[in-house]
Amino acid sequence: MDHLLGIEPLGREEVEELLSLSESFEGLDLREVKKVPTLRGRTVLNLFMEPSTRTRSSFELAAKRLSADVLNFSASGSSLEKGESFKDTVLTLAAQRPDLIVVRAPWVGAAALVARWSGAHVVNAGDGGHEHPTQALLDLYVLKQRFGRLEGLSVWVVGDIAHSRVARSLVLALVKVGAAVTVCGPPTLVPPAVERLGATVTYTLEGVGEADAVYALRLQRERMAELPLPSLREYASRYQIDRGRLRPGQLLLHAGPVNRGVEVEGRLVDQPQAAVLDQVRAGVAVRMAVLYRLLAGQQARVAAGTAEGVA
Amino acid sequence: MTEVLVGPPAGTKRLLLRELNGLDPRSGVEGRIDLRIARGRIVELGEGGSLAAQEGEEVVEGGGRLWVFPAFFDPHVHLRAPGEEHKEGLETGTQAAAAGGFWAVLAMANTTPPIDSVELLAALQERARQEAAVMVGFFATLSQGLGGTRLSELAMLREGGAVGFSDDGKPVANPALLRTALRYQRLCGGVIALHEEDPALAGGGAVREGPTATRLALPGIPAASESAALARDLELIGEEGGRVHILHLSTCRSVELLGGAKERGLAVSGEVTPHHLILDEQEVATLDTAFKVNPPLGNGKDRQALLEGLRSGVIDCIATDHAPHAPEDKEVPFEQAAMGTTGLETAFAALYTHLVEPGLLPLSRLVEALSGGATLYGLEPATIAKGAAAHLAIVDLEAAWVAGEQGWRSKATNCCFAGRRLQGRVVLTLCAGQPVHTLLGEVVQL
Repeated sequence: MDHLLGIEPLGREEVEELLSLSESFEGLDLREVKKVPTLRGRTVLNLFMEPSTRTRSSFELAAKRLSADVLNFSASGSSLEKGESFKDTVLTLAAQRPDLIVVRAPWVGAAALVARWSGAHVVNAGDGGHEHPTQALLDLYVLKQRFGRLEGLSVWVVGDIAHSRVARSLVLALVKVGAAVTVCGPPTLVPPAVERLGATVTYTLEGVGEADAVYALRLQRERMAELPLPSLREYASRYQIDRGRLRPGQLLLHAGPVNRGVEVEGRLVDQPQAAVLDQVRAGVAVRMAVLYRLLAGQQARVAAGTAEGVA
Repeated sequence: MTEVLVGPPAGTKRLLLRELNGLDPRSGVEGRIDLRIARGRIVELGEGGSLAAQEGEEVVEGGGRLWVFPAFFDPHVHLRAPGEEHKEGLETGTQAAAAGGFWAVLAMANTTPPIDSVELLAALQERARQEAAVMVGFFATLSQGLGGTRLSELAMLREGGAVGFSDDGKPVANPALLRTALRYQRLCGGVIALHEEDPALAGGGAVREGPTATRLALPGIPAASESAALARDLELIGEEGGRVHILHLSTCRSVELLGGAKERGLAVSGEVTPHHLILDEQEVATLDTAFKVNPPLGNGKDRQALLEGLRSGVIDCIATDHAPHAPEDKEVPFEQAAMGTTGLETAFAALYTHLVEPGLLPLSRLVEALSGGATLYGLEPATIAKGAAAHLAIVDLEAAWVAGEQGWRSKATNCCFAGRRLQGRVVLTLCAGQPVHTLLGEVVQL
């Protein structure tokens, strides 16, 4: 495995292997010294072309706890603002020979481009509305911890399916490991042919009681004027996960940031059946596993001369 | 879901209608019949003269002269409430409907303010329960404030009892909004009713482009204003699916397009108004603003195609598009006049006089098309059958009258048939067994 560009190219074994590997990093954060020397001397570059709090800090912590050196790059304040192209930016950073680049960008396929241009290992931390594989892996990790299995688990993914990279990677990952996935949202936010990903499609929450877990997606309120929806109140009236719609024993997941009172009833987020903070915590272990798998799990790739643009 | 039709309570009277000529293509009733009505329903249906009056029953003798039809259903009226009660209102509009033999009407949402929230809808339904003479269903707007940019809260509105969604009065100019609406309909249900007009092509015109417009130098509206918009929308419906009703068809090409769409299996239906079936653009020669309607009156070819479409079933039903206006909106130069004609009180008689009597349309098809609109909106249509709700129109086909001569039930007088001698008059309308209009003993002496 050279890169983690998405869930789609992974086999079921690779997904399960990454989840097992994540377990071995679990608990490191409870120790007084939260660090192992595994990736000492390696350089991880966080290349973030759009704002991120939790994903970037999670990758940074994961790399640091593995003793890698971390360089954070964000688009604002960089030469991109002076008109440098994305490719030139990538080539410039790649010339400084990072071993691994974590990429977050608003464009579909951005991580794959970085992989092609840089010669480094690449982890996709979100490319437009396409994929966000480490999010899906950490979600599966939390589900497996809570339920002890993934096979046969029923998971409902509720909300803005069309604009969500979280949903896309999650559905692909759940289907791969044999879970039953239902996507639910307003028909204007459920893209055509989504059932081809292996999910069942529904436009109402009727039947959500059969789910083991409900995954609420964030509604992009800041883009409300552009969303094909009548209003927030109508959205909430049909799709908000509240204490009336979630029965005891069902797990609630959310990738954050949560719009309390929109996709989820505010106080529900603080109940024990909400796994939001478990997801954040699992994120570090899962990302450690991914970094480990790419950088130490096999012989480091000899980059020189193999990639376009890096001599 | 809240009930869709609201209005007066069912009648409590016990009635016996004797020796009427029954005609209901839906139930197959045809011939001399007696009907017994109690608790708002038809409790007994017998051959003419077979039922004897029981104690406490009021008897209406048809004498073999009166006809009984399933009462009519108008899926397209403007009652102007809230906001323009000087033009019409729930009370007067529904009284006009009752006088025309209608047991129910569907009211458009282009009021002031437009009906685009459940709060407005609920308030209007409550008023209708108090004021309406016949049952009323309400459309909600498709777009917020009729703005054409953002969907109204369609799911909440449908749950609140909106019969369907329409920006009627205005077209949905933006195809992306319609596409969004067609998708959203999978959640909210209801019928999307479209007023087909390309605003750029219509361009502020007053009449259909043609000889009369040219002679009078009035700005013309091309027929393609309607058919181009319809063609576009049918392409969207073909791709997205959806249940759509096309309002007030007025051109030959529109009928062909609707027929083609039905052949393709699209869930589309269409309506035509009495004035588009009976009148054409030559009427405008008088510059009588009663003939200024939207869509404008077409030419003879359009009229023929609409009639043929109605006969063949390509056009599903008749709707009046009852559009009351204040005198000050019509008593102005033609270019400045508001568009629209009233139609509830004259619909049956005008169509009977101009289409059935000359042999252009079978009476049974007229009855079917005037009463069948309910089914297009998922509502139970009136029918003459034992156990059915007693929504009945009793008509004297031998009565002749001059439209408007004795005034109107409607608050408005802008009827394009005003002053015409019409044959056939609704003498009794029952809405769930309740007599909501009667001329018995007044016009008709039996």
